[in-house]
Amino acid sequence: MNSPKIVYCHCAYAQVVPRETKEAVLKRLCDSGVEFEATSDLCELSARKDPVLLKIASMGEVKIAACFPRAVKWLFSAAGTELDPAKVQVINMRTESSEAACSMLMDPQIVPNWPIGKASPKPELVEN
Amino acid sequence: MAFSSNETFNVVWPDEVDCSSPELRFQSIASLLEKGYSVSRKTGLPEGNGLTESQNTIFLTEKSANELPSIRGAYVSTRGKNSVALVDAIEGAKSSLGLIKREWKPWFPVIDYDRCTNCMQCLSFCLFGVYGVDDGRRIQVQNNDNCKTNCPACSRVCPEAAIMFPKYKAGPINGDNVSDEDMRREKMKVDISSLLGGDIYQMLRVRSERAKSRFSKERDSEKALNERQKCLIKLAESGDIPAEVLMSLPSPEEIKRRAEEAAVKAAAARGN
Ligand code: SF4
Ligand code: SF4
Repeated sequence: MNSPKIVYCHCAYAQVVPRETKEAVLKRLCDSGVEFEATSDLCELSARKDPVLLKIASMGEVKIAACFPRAVKWLFSAAGTELDPAKVQVINMRTESSEAACSMLMDPQIVPNWPIGKASPKPELVEN
Repeated sequence: MAFSSNETFNVVWPDEVDCSSPELRFQSIASLLEKGYSVSRKTGLPEGNGLTESQNTIFLTEKSANELPSIRGAYVSTRGKNSVALVDAIEGAKSSLGLIKREWKPWFPVIDYDRCTNCMQCLSFCLFGVYGVDDGRRIQVQNNDNCKTNCPACSRVCPEAAIMFPKYKAGPINGDNVSDEDMRREKMKVDISSLLGGDIYQMLRVRSERAKSRFSKERDSEKALNERQKCLIKLAESGDIPAEVLMSLPSPEEIKRRAEEAAVKAAAARGN
């Protein structure tokens, strides 16, 4: 089975993610030799409706190191990109310790936590 | 010739350049991210297809360019470079591609449609035309860049706590879960009609239809301004609205014009 793809958000335009956590996670990724997509700021990609978001949505299982899952979900949606709720795990670097964030990210098992509510697409209706 | 793009620049870092140290990788990637690039770490050579084959892509290599498949984009050699020299070389390659990234504002509202009831209060409230409706008359954030930096006022007037500002300091506006306690808190339940002193827009429309005198029109716009200011001051007292936003409020005439415009849009969206 393929490991989930990894996306890392550097939240470059605000100080809301602790610097220590961001650096520890990025360093761990760089040291590990795994493949990953690092983005300067997911909010920027959403504001620009950048095609990188579609690329992320088409990756299959994905772990996204960023902030609150609810914010990340609707940032993708605002750019017209929906992800399959069964295939996404968001790791919240605003609230997790750097050790916890790193170990969740590197764990080959995915623990989906995409918020699902009344307006959210059902998994089988997801379009990438 | 330079032209502007709405896409970010992507640096592809394949594992063929992995003789570089992990420390150089970390420092270079961190510095590129700070400068607004995206970085793709690849465990195989880029295939030269899909989104990486964009004119916004820079490929890192240890080979000379003519040894690589002919794919668009620029190449930068990592050979013998420290992280500063590497980032400089990437910046140089970007300039030679002649692309300039369009400006953007990191502060804008994001709607949680799992919570939104399409009540249009945000559209009615915002004086800066941030909100609009889509073809299906659903509320939408349409003009991100019009939003006033650090002002989360519309998230305070949303009765459903459906408006997030992901870079805000505290929950639930930052995207944290909305708790029952949040919903109970008075500040989460700012009632826009009472803030605006009744249906001020409707009142203004009716009065202007009756072709009121210049004097009463002035009174109406003055009242609209006063009520809005009261509302903003109340929100400012909760510590949310930056003083610069209050200071940069448009003139009473302009507020009236924008408020009417927003009210017409909201009424049309509700199907009135
Ligand atoms: S998605 Fe979250 S972590 Fe990423 S840039 Fe936006 S606020 Fe920052
Ligand atoms: S005020 Fe809130 S619930 Fe009403 S339309 Fe705006 S986002 Fe939706």
